[in-house]
Amino acid sequence: MDWCLKRIWPTFCLAVALVAVGCPGCKNRSQRTVNVVGSTSIQPFAELLAGELHKKAPDLEIDVQGGGSTAGIQALATGIADIGTCSRSLSAEETKLYKGIVIARDGLAVVVHQDNPIDGLTRQQIQDLFSGKITNWRDVGGRDMKVRPISREEGSGTREAFTKLVMDKVRVARSALTQESNGAVKELVRGDPGAIGYMSLGLSGGLKCLSIDGVAPSTSAVTSGQYPLVRPFLFVVRGACRPEAQRFIDFVLSSEGQRLLESEGLVKVQ
Amino acid sequence: MKRERIISVVLAVVAMSGIAGLALITAYIFKEGLPVIARVGLKNFLLSRDWYPLEGHFGIFSMIVGSLAVTLGAMIIGGLLGLSWAVVLTQFCPRRLVGVLKPAIELLAGIPSVVYGFMGAMILVPWIRQHLGGPGLSVLAASVVLGIMVLPTVTSISVDALRAVPRSYRDGSIALGATRWQTTYMVILKAAKSGILASMILGMGRAIGETMAVIMVAGNPLDLPHGILDPVRTLTSNIALEMGYASGEHRAALFATGVILFVIIMILNTLALAVSSKRAGKAGAR
Repeated sequence: MDWCLKRIWPTFCLAVALVAVGCPGCKNRSQRTVNVVGSTSIQPFAELLAGELHKKAPDLEIDVQGGGSTAGIQALATGIADIGTCSRSLSAEETKLYKGIVIARDGLAVVVHQDNPIDGLTRQQIQDLFSGKITNWRDVGGRDMKVRPISREEGSGTREAFTKLVMDKVRVARSALTQESNGAVKELVRGDPGAIGYMSLGLSGGLKCLSIDGVAPSTSAVTSGQYPLVRPFLFVVRGACRPEAQRFIDFVLSSEGQRLLESEGLVKVQ
Repeated sequence: MKRERIISVVLAVVAMSGIAGLALITAYIFKEGLPVIARVGLKNFLLSRDWYPLEGHFGIFSMIVGSLAVTLGAMIIGGLLGLSWAVVLTQFCPRRLVGVLKPAIELLAGIPSVVYGFMGAMILVPWIRQHLGGPGLSVLAASVVLGIMVLPTVTSISVDALRAVPRSYRDGSIALGATRWQTTYMVILKAAKSGILASMILGMGRAIGETMAVIMVAGNPLDLPHGILDPVRTLTSNIALEMGYASGEHRAALFATGVILFVIIMILNTLALAVSSKRAGKAGAR
């Protein structure tokens, strides 16, 4: 051991070099696997579709991962993903680089606790509740109770859709709780009588969804365009994609894939 | 002989790769994070409460306060419990029982943090909401969960420190007519002071760095907490919450948050080392 103590620096540098060089080597991926990365709102639906397609075409491996809409587009940019999933509209810059394929539309549900007597709100009221302008449920006709808005983290597709559709240019209050997934928001709203949150209509089962501007959220109201809070679910690709990835996209857009999405509470596009 | 040498070189390289990893991570975090701090200004970055990353406002004051509040709470709960455990285990406990209790506490360290978070979110948070008010997700909930998580660290290092006190101190104190509690309180705890302090500081390092469990029970708003029932966002949860989505400047700002966290933890660990080596120095002089 004496020998290396004398030459500790060269050994150390060699080790640094080995660790640093080792990383780019891990890029080897199976060519047969289609990587789908992105929105946590789309993830459960994409997994379901991937599972269905895998049953029909066992040679096709589809790997679905979450991470978020923006992360999905980043993964697409770095070549990690074949398909990025995105639960908001693409920005102008993104539209130039990528092609967004609308696979379904999703209503954005505004949810409250089961015992909350409020059945519906206007978009303005929801904005005020989330911006902190209204802090007591009494002011919108409810019980005398503190309002606890629950938002999603910065960069979430659901948050961006909500911000665009409801908040306009107004900021969500600093005091709003921030949860990192639809599931966490759901759990919180289910337990807290003063809570108000928002999430994908398809995932809001078991919670009380409010009518917005007098329209109750339902698949038919979303299809007809009456329900005001609707966002697209996108598959994002870079120009031409591998035939395996194309096969998955074709399946999702086929009548079978669309029927599956519809049965899960989304609104079909084909 | 030649073979000996080859083996020793190979083993040295493997061992060094661990430190190499640390060096690379450090260099990378600083390389990514420092430009943002330089651009925003250190003072602004540390003391502004405006965190609107998509609009270019990067201020992490609320999160620094959040991290400190949660860590302090965890140390009050975990430190007190851990030290009490250590005293009981070393002074007032039959040897056979120690053999059962000490491993049991150390087993706590093996439970994944997401399990603590889950238990906290499912049991503790609703309990706080119903009985104490507020949203439940709070400084208090995070402190309790973290307090339990630092228990094994604090307990086992404190136990070692208390055991290292020479038996003659104890015998001497008893011989002077002190009771067992007086001996523990006035002699043993004083003699083991620096070791206990080191255990607290290491526990703090663990508490301030914990992420998953905190995200699940702290609520993570951008606001400063005004009481222990208010929700709070810590430095670690800020990084973990937004990392998946962040790009460009926002991502760099999260690395900058990491730089601050890194510096805080480095200070804590250096303190712990300094404190415990002071103890070792004293022991050597004895």
